[in-house]
Amino acid sequence: MSRAFVPLVLIAMVLFASAPLIVANAPPEQTMGLVQKIFYYHVPSAMLMFVSAFVCGIASAVFLFRRSAAADRVALAAGELVVLFGLIVLVTGPLWARKAWGVWWEWDARLTSSLLLWMIYLAYLLVRRFGGPGSEKLAGAMALFGMANVPFVYVSVNWWRTLHPKTSVVMSLAPGMRATFWFCVAAFAVLYVLLLTLRKRLEDRQAMVDELYLALEE
Amino acid sequence: MKRLVLFVALLALLPGAVLPAQQPAQPPSAQEDFVPVSALPQAEQLPAAPLLIAAYAFVWVAIMVYVWLLWKRMTKLERELADLQRRVPKR
Repeated sequence: MSRAFVPLVLIAMVLFASAPLIVANAPPEQTMGLVQKIFYYHVPSAMLMFVSAFVCGIASAVFLFRRSAAADRVALAAGELVVLFGLIVLVTGPLWARKAWGVWWEWDARLTSSLLLWMIYLAYLLVRRFGGPGSEKLAGAMALFGMANVPFVYVSVNWWRTLHPKTSVVMSLAPGMRATFWFCVAAFAVLYVLLLTLRKRLEDRQAMVDELYLALEE
Repeated sequence: MKRLVLFVALLALLPGAVLPAQQPAQPPSAQEDFVPVSALPQAEQLPAAPLLIAAYAFVWVAIMVYVWLLWKRMTKLERELADLQRRVPKR
């Protein structure tokens, strides 16, 4: 295990333990009140879903063009994290929407495109798991397609008329809200690096086990 | 004759089906009174705290379950790896 792993675990634990207290002290929003505080976990999760889709897409491109097995393992780890953080986004979003909009779900551009992005990566994992030998190439192409979708999901709120708040909300946060938001982004980013490292390590171990099974057969 | 009657009847119904869709939407009528939130039916008084707690709890549970699954898979793989390393002759 790398030397950075244990400090990373400690940092993630401290950040995550203190995040609810910092969020509780953040000023409540004028019209939405308490429910707006879901934003502090919802948006960092969405950001990491996008980052992870890029990591998965770039690693898949390296795997497809350079035949790098290590890049393929990074892609699989990142693909799984797109699904994890995407699930958090798709669950916390409707909990906020129920209070803010009066409905759990609305088929607008942002919500629908986010759901589609999540489904692309769910399909990626299913292809990897049940596709059989050679499926990693097909999955790699799916990851590239998923990555190409990310910019459209991001700008969908600005291009189309949607109920979802626009991207400018993050940059125009009041000082008390801004500090809390970036603290939560940092906490989620550290957690993401930790989970990616752990998941990649699992794939490395799996590759070693497969290699040893082959050696036993010879 | 029957067909002619049916045709005329359809013609007569057609404008009724099309016209309401073409009429411009009526502006909402002016509000006549204000209703205090406390007077709303129980189902419409939606407290924010349970939604906020549910969202935060879900995030924590999702991450904890994922870490636990990773840990379980890692422990199993480490055991398998140690067993295989014993069985495979050193080259």
